[in-house]
Amino acid sequence: MTFSISLTVNGVRRDVELDNPRVTLLDLLRERLQLTGTKKGCDRGQCGACTVLVDGRRINSCLALALSHDGADIRTIEGVAEGGHLHPVQEAFIAHDALQCGFCTPGQIMSAIGLIQEGQTDGDPERVREGMSGNLCRCSAYAGITEAVLDAQKKLAEAGGTDAGRRDAA
Amino acid sequence: MNDFDYIRPATVPEAVAAAAAPGAAYLAAGTNLLDLMKGGVARPGRLVDVTRLPGLDAVEWLEDGGVRIGAMVRNADLAHDPRFAASFPAVAEALLSGASGQLRNAASVGGNLLQRTRCAYFADLDSACNKRVPGSGCDARAGENRLHAVLGWSDACIATHPSDFCVPLVALDAVVEIEGRGGRREVPLAELHRLPGDAPEKDTALEPGDLIVAVRLPAGAAAFAGHARYIKLRERTSYAFAVVSAAAMLRLEGGVIAEARLTLGGVAAKPWRDAWAEQALAGARPDEEAFRRAAELALAGARPSGDNAFKIELARRLVVRALALAASGTPERVPALPGSPFSSLPELHHDV
Repeated sequence: MTFSISLTVNGVRRDVELDNPRVTLLDLLRERLQLTGTKKGCDRGQCGACTVLVDGRRINSCLALALSHDGADIRTIEGVAEGGHLHPVQEAFIAHDALQCGFCTPGQIMSAIGLIQEGQTDGDPERVREGMSGNLCRCSAYAGITEAVLDAQKKLAEAGGTDAGRRDAA
Repeated sequence: MNDFDYIRPATVPEAVAAAAAPGAAYLAAGTNLLDLMKGGVARPGRLVDVTRLPGLDAVEWLEDGGVRIGAMVRNADLAHDPRFAASFPAVAEALLSGASGQLRNAASVGGNLLQRTRCAYFADLDSACNKRVPGSGCDARAGENRLHAVLGWSDACIATHPSDFCVPLVALDAVVEIEGRGGRREVPLAELHRLPGDAPEKDTALEPGDLIVAVRLPAGAAAFAGHARYIKLRERTSYAFAVVSAAAMLRLEGGVIAEARLTLGGVAAKPWRDAWAEQALAGARPDEEAFRRAAELALAGARPSGDNAFKIELARRLVVRALALAASGTPERVPALPGSPFSSLPELHHDV
């Protein structure tokens, strides 16, 4: 039995036929759509390398069944730069030397974009570290990653690109 | 991962009928199920996708002041719902102390309740595990078991239930709404999870086809909002399961505890609520002596299942700490490190 699904990936509609329901969103992106920027690290939801935005929210694509996300809007690392300009989070990662080998970086950047949109960190480094704890970096670039997220968040807020005012009352 | 049939039903009755077949399993976000399937621990022949069933994704406030949480509400959405977090702050803190930002965005309320134990022997197909293969034995008994149960365990199984969310929910008398082949019924959350006894393969009171559609908190649960904490000891401060955790809630009147709620996590195959400890706290002043007495009562029946005697004393001290933090008042906002006993120690913060 084959299954047809339709996704919007980085703004482009993609229709995909699956001959088996076992395909994860991660494998669909990498193996069927050749979007290999999203990395397969542990494949078990522990490392965060596969983080993408689904309908604007960061999730682990390795623990998402592609079929279950029929119709979803997906954003991957290939789709965050605009018109030849890097995304402010990408620029901040470079400016703050927030990587060494780079394998975890696409997941870190997608997670950071999701975290900033969630609007809960208030520029507090402790909240940024907590909010980024689902992304492991075995080169341990954590200090730079935290600086990069704080810097990008500040620049995006100044540009009016986030709802930085939203946070929990409780 | 094994082969399976995939079904996406349009209605709850269709879902129940499809999932009642032998070997069928419900798929919500899949953050636990797909992981278990990749490891060969779960091998469902049919997945019944419930993510698009109508009516499961709302947080509804009831006329009597209670709240009804749809089973497909995502953990992050519930934790960040302003009215919910203000009314049930220990539940929000428990949710935010669990997993990672990515997992909380996906994981559902119903799935959180039904997640399986993280016992390493359960996850390892080469190990004997009565929960995974009934009658095969329990390699945890003579293995690495420092994190295993100290309450309610049996010779057949010493696994713990890993949920944070369920711990304050049990403390607050949550009720689970279930749709099954016989129609709708309700089960107190405290009775959903089973102790292992001689049938550890059965985690819950659910029957084939049973679908959790909602979790309800009664109106009175919000009365603890001013003095409610969930404190969770972990081997690292974030993105780790509890070694031991405690939901502690007090209703204070005139400087005296009018009513207390106390439930432990990480110690048994279900959230462990202790009525004796709660009763001993009622009428007492909220001081260390009362908290120590409650801790003794809550752990009175505890015994090590292996190299984990330390968890009993750790749990006692955690009960005292959680009650003291609850007595000092719910913070205005969930702390930067949710559930951490270190959040209140500014000298431990290491700013960039």
